[in-house]
Amino acid sequence: MSIKRNWWKVLAVVLVLYTVVAGLLAPVPRLDILNESIRNLYFHVPMWFGMTIILTTSVVYSIRYLHTPTARLDTLAHESAKTGIVMGLLGLATGSLWARYTWGAWWTSDPRLNGAAIAMLIYGAYIVLRSSFTDEQQRARISAVYNIFAFAAAIPLLFVLPRLTNSLHPGAGGNPGFSNYDLDSNMRMVFYPAVIGWTLIGFWITQVSSRLEFLKQKIYEKQLA
Amino acid sequence: MQKDFRLEWRQRAALNGMLLYVGSTVFVCYLSFALRGGQLPAPAWNALFWIILLFTAVNAAAKGFLQESRGRLLYYYTLVRPQAVILAKIAYNAVLLLGLALVGFMLYAVVLGNPVQDMLLFVGNVGLGAVGFATTLTLVSGIAAKATNSSTLMAVLGFPIMIPMLLLLIKVSKNALDGMEFEASSGSLLTLLALNLIVTAVSYLLFPFLWRG
Repeated sequence: MSIKRNWWKVLAVVLVLYTVVAGLLAPVPRLDILNESIRNLYFHVPMWFGMTIILTTSVVYSIRYLHTPTARLDTLAHESAKTGIVMGLLGLATGSLWARYTWGAWWTSDPRLNGAAIAMLIYGAYIVLRSSFTDEQQRARISAVYNIFAFAAAIPLLFVLPRLTNSLHPGAGGNPGFSNYDLDSNMRMVFYPAVIGWTLIGFWITQVSSRLEFLKQKIYEKQLA
Repeated sequence: MQKDFRLEWRQRAALNGMLLYVGSTVFVCYLSFALRGGQLPAPAWNALFWIILLFTAVNAAAKGFLQESRGRLLYYYTLVRPQAVILAKIAYNAVLLLGLALVGFMLYAVVLGNPVQDMLLFVGNVGLGAVGFATTLTLVSGIAAKATNSSTLMAVLGFPIMIPMLLLLIKVSKNALDGMEFEASSGSLLTLLALNLIVTAVSYLLFPFLWRG
């Protein structure tokens, strides 16, 4: 394990540790209603950043798969999508918990919340689609097509729609976004490292699960031979 | 491309079935709500209408690829470019859904009342919706047709992609119901149009890969 190739894993661990410690202990602005729950910014928001980045990676792998079909690219696209789903579910969970204590409800009809749920449904459909093929090459090609199609058709809208409508969510409809006055420089010092750290952790998870999958494929091929 | 479209048109076996499907769905809705008596409130009227259209669209578009026999697909394959096939399918589905949506709307308005105030906007919106459903569902039905449990997959794959479009459509048609001025919905209409173009373009690019199998 050389430090040259794995420095980013060290960085990820350091940044996430820093996020947890500083995120819970560092000073935050005193705001009505939000109070200490503003610290959720370090855990909830990076999940969505990480999810978007990793799902975009998955689409890039799918596009590359259609260009040069190899089992490797297909596995990478699949594992990235799975990591993206996990991060999305964690984002939903942290957001829901936060909403319970600041809005008083686990779920409200909000474009962002609904958008997140739709994104989860789309990638759930992607997993279901993958499981309904027996032929591996066909599965890889068609799920790549669906991955790209779904991403192009729905994901941009999930970013556009919330900006067209009012909502309770911070950063929309006159509610202060965290980027305005309440994200002071103290919070930025934790928030940006948190985004980078959680995203790197996401890539690491993807890498480990892909390597496991490659090994499984290798063992399977050996058994066949 | 024109020839392909005509080929689609000739085997419109599904058409009568789909017309009956819309008719009976509307009638079932009418009967279930007639029990309560009186007029539906406008938001419920709107939501019900779009749900009927959504299910009709999924059923109608599913026919597109699922009913094709393997031999005929091979025959197309040798005859035309895949891009022509997908464009023809989209065009056919769009015309089909447009017809179904308009017939459905007429029946719906006759039995459940017609609270629409801005008729032009409403019909235009229904048209955009039908075209949008057609563009999205054509490629989805192509994908679902390749898999084993296609009819379930059709709904599972199609619905999440269509929800953002459906939300925009419901918003615009609510505006038309309330007779709001055109400016209130022009932004959403433009977004819908752009979405249709994006989906068509992506289908056009991706279909050759689907077709190769």
